[in-house]
Amino acid sequence: MKKNSILVVVFGLVLSFAGNPVKNGYEVGDKVEDFKLKSVDGKMISLGDYKEAKGFIVVFDCNTCPYSKAYLNRIKGLNEKYADKGYPVVAVNSNDPVKSPGDTFDEMVSYANENSYEHAYLYDKDQTVAKRFGATNTPHVYILKRDDGALVVNYIGAIDNNTRDAAAADKKYVEDAVDALLDGNKPSVNKTKAIGCTIKWKAA
Amino acid sequence: MKKFFLLTTFILTSLGVSRAQNEAEIIKFDRLDALIKERKNQVTVINFWATWCGPCIKELPYFEAARKTYGDKLSVNLISLDFADQLPKVHKFMERKGIESNVYLLDEIDYNSWIDRVDKSWSGAIPATLIVDGRTDKRKFVESELTEAELNRLIEEFIQNP
Repeated sequence: MKKNSILVVVFGLVLSFAGNPVKNGYEVGDKVEDFKLKSVDGKMISLGDYKEAKGFIVVFDCNTCPYSKAYLNRIKGLNEKYADKGYPVVAVNSNDPVKSPGDTFDEMVSYANENSYEHAYLYDKDQTVAKRFGATNTPHVYILKRDDGALVVNYIGAIDNNTRDAAAADKKYVEDAVDALLDGNKPSVNKTKAIGCTIKWKAA
Repeated sequence: MKKFFLLTTFILTSLGVSRAQNEAEIIKFDRLDALIKERKNQVTVINFWATWCGPCIKELPYFEAARKTYGDKLSVNLISLDFADQLPKVHKFMERKGIESNVYLLDEIDYNSWIDRVDKSWSGAIPATLIVDGRTDKRKFVESELTEAELNRLIEEFIQNP
């Protein structure tokens, strides 16, 4: 019996190594490993640098995806609304600039300037952060809450339920989730899906 | 006057030609669901794309070619996820690329309400392709760009092994 369970564990480990990293990634309830990435202001930023934050709205985003563009003002709005309450937006661009030439670091700097970003915009050059999170498309949101020093995933998915028209969205998933966390509750909806641009992975 | 008549005839004729052009039909999810579940003596390929999606556009000719290669054995359906008000753009695109497959524009903006109903494993990223065997319950969902060889291998595998 003991042998069997060891076998199961070993087999499980083999599976998790062999599996596609993109399909693994964090689930709601998982603890997140901090990362350190270059920000558009040239500094290296990690989540640990935000001493006051109660959590984060991490958005896998980019310069080029029409759906990211459609959500641009909503993403800025989330930071405006929640940064002071302890939930800043941290946007991460993981697109391979070879496949998506508009997503180089220099283009990120210009894009953030043109659009007056107040939130962090980080360059996930080797795509490890996107892979670790299991992000698949842009914009793809992970809401993290600080719990005894650990960062715990509390929501994964879309910003709201209407990409085309912010005013017509009648389910504001991210706002509802952060509001719930600020009230000391768990988000009632913690996982949603949306059509988005696939993250442009580096050629294997 | 004669010139004017000729010109008018010419314009009307060209309008007639452009009317014969393949058009995208705007559908709701129930139509897509019916298409997925339809039982028939064909393999059905359903590809999710949009005019703004670079990797999607790259693989569309492979689907067109497969439709021609496999004829009656294969039903190719291209589901555009462009917004419904972008229909003219979709039509222009189809004309430019000479797309003759069935094209539908899925007008369902509340994505979370239907993505899982296509396939539980789908994150929502496009391109994505569902292949179902109309003769059996066999199905496969691929959430990534396909090369022409990969697509043809997939179709071949379905056609040969119901």
